Amino acid sequence: MSKLNLNNMPIGARVCNPGSSEAVLTGDWRSYTPVLDRDKCINCLFCWMYCPDNSVDVKDGKLLGFKMSHCKGCGICANVCPKKAITMTEV
Amino acid sequence: MVKKQPEDVAMNGDGAIAYAWKQIDPDVCAAYPITPQTIIVEDFSKYVADGAVKTEFVTVESEHSALTLCAASCSAGARTFTATASQGLAYMWEMLPITSSMRVPVVMAVANRAVSGPININNDHGDAMAARDTGWLQLFAYNVQSSYDNAIIAPRIAEHPDVQLPILTNLDGFILTHAVERMTPMDTEDVKKFVGEFKPVCPLLDFDKPTCHGMLDGPDYYYAHKYQQAVAFDRALEVAEEVFREFKELTGREYKLVDEYRCDDADYIAIILGSSYGTMQETVDRMRDAGMKVGVATTHVYRPWPEKELERVMKGKKAVAVFDKHLSLGAYGPLYPEVVAAAIDLDEIPKMYNFIYGIGGADVGVSLLMEAMEKVVDGTADKLNYVGLKI
Repeated sequence: MSKLNLNNMPIGARVCNPGSSEAVLTGDWRSYTPVLDRDKCINCLFCWMYCPDNSVDVKDGKLLGFKMSHCKGCGICANVCPKKAITMTEV
Repeated sequence: MVKKQPEDVAMNGDGAIAYAWKQIDPDVCAAYPITPQTIIVEDFSKYVADGAVKTEFVTVESEHSALTLCAASCSAGARTFTATASQGLAYMWEMLPITSSMRVPVVMAVANRAVSGPININNDHGDAMAARDTGWLQLFAYNVQSSYDNAIIAPRIAEHPDVQLPILTNLDGFILTHAVERMTPMDTEDVKKFVGEFKPVCPLLDFDKPTCHGMLDGPDYYYAHKYQQAVAFDRALEVAEEVFREFKELTGREYKLVDEYRCDDADYIAIILGSSYGTMQETVDRMRDAGMKVGVATTHVYRPWPEKELERVMKGKKAVAVFDKHLSLGAYGPLYPEVVAAAIDLDEIPKMYNFIYGIGGADVGVSLLMEAMEKVVDGTADKLNYVGLKI
């Protein structure tokens, strides 16, 4: 971890700029990566609904893939997928 | 220039604090009654009912809820006051370090009372000392006047942009809370001007700038935030001195980090907290009449700990007697080790004695203090002494 600057650090563990969690790349923590089998996917979007980190990329009701910057590799998407279209593989 | 002060009034300490709060007119007050603090919130709730203040007065079901509400409302951006004592402060304990680490300058009056058990409602400093390490600033009053003055000074120190820490204003239960004394109030207009507007740092209720308070910290941030609090405590010493100066200009009443009485040419000094400072002044006068060069000092500002000031007061003394109205069982009174730590940088360290006294409201009279101080003067005191113990 880089050194903390006391002068820039808001007091009281406050977050004074909203949306700052976007800057924390939780994808760095990942030890498993979701891999999508496009042939099995029915675009039910359960994975999108359940993902705790907004890491499922969806456009016009279609699953595009995963945004890896914030994916922690928790595997919830693979777990809830009714078609077993997502497998977690070691990074 | 000190302007003409209003007429003196006869008041007890609790009433004086409620009156100071009325003059300040805080945004929110949440409190739960507990002897000997009850008169503060009782009187203040009358001011609220009479429409004398605009304060939102919240009657909560417990002290834990009271302080939780206070921390939240102060986070939201409201100037918030509360008061408690003894078991009430103990029940707040979980919220004490949370409030201070959230850096919200809640103002709390504590009517010092022994902590049960055995069940006891009389005065000692067990409650304030149990709250000592929770990150709150602490002032100690020694008469009704300083109880009132501390109530007006407290928000200025706590809310200073460099400090932003909650503050306890202590006053001895019954001795100061219930006993009526003569005191000089300030003009309400002067109080309002002196205390000024509360300017919260990124408050929760700023809808144009959404913020998040009370976050989780990993070890690195937790340690850094604690250090940040430590820096604020150091700064609070300077801020308190600035505020005291300004207060003196306005009222003529002088306070210091360490208030002292006849210490300059003394060979033996007592260090004591709260109302006993007055009793010890009388003791000092009588001992001086008998030719003994004694003096007394009190850490008016107890947190932050005014170490440098204490060191200066103790310099060149033959002995220092530290009086504690609380006992850290198995060790010393809580003041003693800190006073000793302040003395170790002196070239010649005075003899250091610790006197435990007034526990659970045990009577503190001039004769008791004089007997203790005479033992300090003739060198027959032990390192740790229990005075006034009826066994």
